Amino acid sequence: MVTTWANRRKTRIDDLATGRSLGADALVRLRRNPVAIVGAVIVGLFILVSIFAPWIAPHDASQSFPELQEGLRPDVIPGPQPGFPLGSDQNGRDFYSRMILASRQTLLVGVFATLIGLFFGVLIGVLAGAFGGWVDTLLMRFTDVLLSIPSLLLAISIAALAAKPSQTTVIIAVAIVGVPVFARLLRGSMLAQRDSDHVLAATALGVKRRSIVLRHMVPNAIGPVIVQATLTLATAILDAAALSFLGLGDGDPARAEWGLMLANAQAYLDVRPALAFYPAIAIILVALGFTLLGEALREALDPKGRR
Amino acid sequence: MTTPLLEVADLGVAFTRKGEPDSVAVDGVSFDVQPGEIVGLVGESGCGKSVTSLAIMRLLPERGVRVTGSVRMEGTDLMTLSDSAMREKRGRDLSMVFQDPLSSLNPVIEIGLQVTEVLRRHRGLKKDAARREAAELLERVGIPDPRRRLDSYPHQLSGGMRQRVMIAIALACRPRLLIADEPTTALDVTIQAQILELLKELVADSGTALVMITHDLGVVAGLCDRVNVLYGGRIVERSERHRLFGTPRHPYTYGLLGSIPRLDAPPGEDLAAIRGSVNDNLPWAHACAFAPRCPRALERCSEVSPPPELAGGRFLRCHNPVPAEA
Repeated sequence: MVTTWANRRKTRIDDLATGRSLGADALVRLRRNPVAIVGAVIVGLFILVSIFAPWIAPHDASQSFPELQEGLRPDVIPGPQPGFPLGSDQNGRDFYSRMILASRQTLLVGVFATLIGLFFGVLIGVLAGAFGGWVDTLLMRFTDVLLSIPSLLLAISIAALAAKPSQTTVIIAVAIVGVPVFARLLRGSMLAQRDSDHVLAATALGVKRRSIVLRHMVPNAIGPVIVQATLTLATAILDAAALSFLGLGDGDPARAEWGLMLANAQAYLDVRPALAFYPAIAIILVALGFTLLGEALREALDPKGRR
Repeated sequence: MTTPLLEVADLGVAFTRKGEPDSVAVDGVSFDVQPGEIVGLVGESGCGKSVTSLAIMRLLPERGVRVTGSVRMEGTDLMTLSDSAMREKRGRDLSMVFQDPLSSLNPVIEIGLQVTEVLRRHRGLKKDAARREAAELLERVGIPDPRRRLDSYPHQLSGGMRQRVMIAIALACRPRLLIADEPTTALDVTIQAQILELLKELVADSGTALVMITHDLGVVAGLCDRVNVLYGGRIVERSERHRLFGTPRHPYTYGLLGSIPRLDAPPGEDLAAIRGSVNDNLPWAHACAFAPRCPRALERCSEVSPPPELAGGRFLRCHNPVPAEA
């Protein structure tokens, strides 16, 4: 059926009549934004690849191939050949498979670190914004301390505290870095909400404090935090890669992880730069994807941009 | 006279700030409201109308504000009530409608939820019953197709509709007192009239007393039984509506009435205005605050605070009132 002007007009009126939330409205605007689409495509591809990695990757991450190992010389690492689209890594393993399998680690670390950071950040932000007074002061000075340390330095310090570096310590370190950012942001918009007319109106109607905080303040204040979470995913991925690169992650050489691969490729930069190039590009692309999506999301959710 | 529903006695509100003198917003305001009565609180911007209403509802921030005096509702002093007891009263016994209906509704949740929230809180209704009641309430305030509207978000309604929703929410639990703080200021004139008519009808139906806070004398004329005229945080004149409009005694009231533009004025005639602005006040403690702007000011006016006088059902605070037969 041809979409006529009248038709479109009608659906628009129906939309208005049936009620569309701010979220739905933002989605519509997101779909019209090319930046958002580019971001979403990168992120979508990344997520698909990492979910289906074991089926896409032709080989195992730790499997060495005699035919590749034969070609290894101190100054030669075999390049692309039939069966191995990206050639060999420094240990005669399939580089292509390792690249694909590594996406899982990155997604896992990024998502978990962000979610954990989000959880505690929101908790602190809600408490500070809802109670104010000394609770607010105490919590905010704590976040100030965390914020005053450069994020990567903080992550390195925390990860370095761990007795045995592992993926879990990386996740925890990156999560802690995110906490003060979320807490600060939420607390700020909670304060703005506390002075808003509709919160005053709800108070005037005798609505309980808990409902005022959870139903009237948090849903109105959470928008910027959700956007920040998308942006934090990008930095979390970068930070996690940096930690692995610096040897503060799980050091198991059999494990495929972009940061670690990048670190290991250093020694072979003059022999086969592709070993560093591909993981680096992957990290940058994924971080870029989340950043683009996050920025577009921020624009779409900005109430000033409505209508 | 029966016992008043609301008795505001010597209410004072001062905003305090370290290292600065207090700024007094409300200075010994006393008035009462009878059950079912509509009382007006009139004055220009900054005279303390809204602060008075917020003080009655105990909605002023606790820090930086000093509230004195008493507000008794049906014998209970609201000022000494515990926070939780006050929360029980708000919305159930006394309720409030605000000026801007868009910002007074929560933008991210549906209208229906906002109406049922109050019903469930104060009347203990279950979800379905509350929804049915909410639809009825919306119908009563004249919202067409109320069942569908329950799922609408505030931004999908017009200004007038939103104010109707606010009124529905405020009256959901049949409070005995409703405070309306400039409920029609943000609306256009035709809608204003509808909303005022609606308010009048609803409070008459449910026997709710209404405190109407406005700067618009037209609103007062059409609605209120008694009118309090506020200036600089004090009531300068109070009277029954017809008497106030017929023979204003305080020069400020007189000036306010005179400054209403008239359609039948000869073309080219200047609009009457009260000269100066609210900022030109003298302190009430040892003068009449209105003296610097008053056309009838005597020397005494800037030296001695005019005492309150009650004569013929009229409360007046003036050294040199406009003659009754003027």
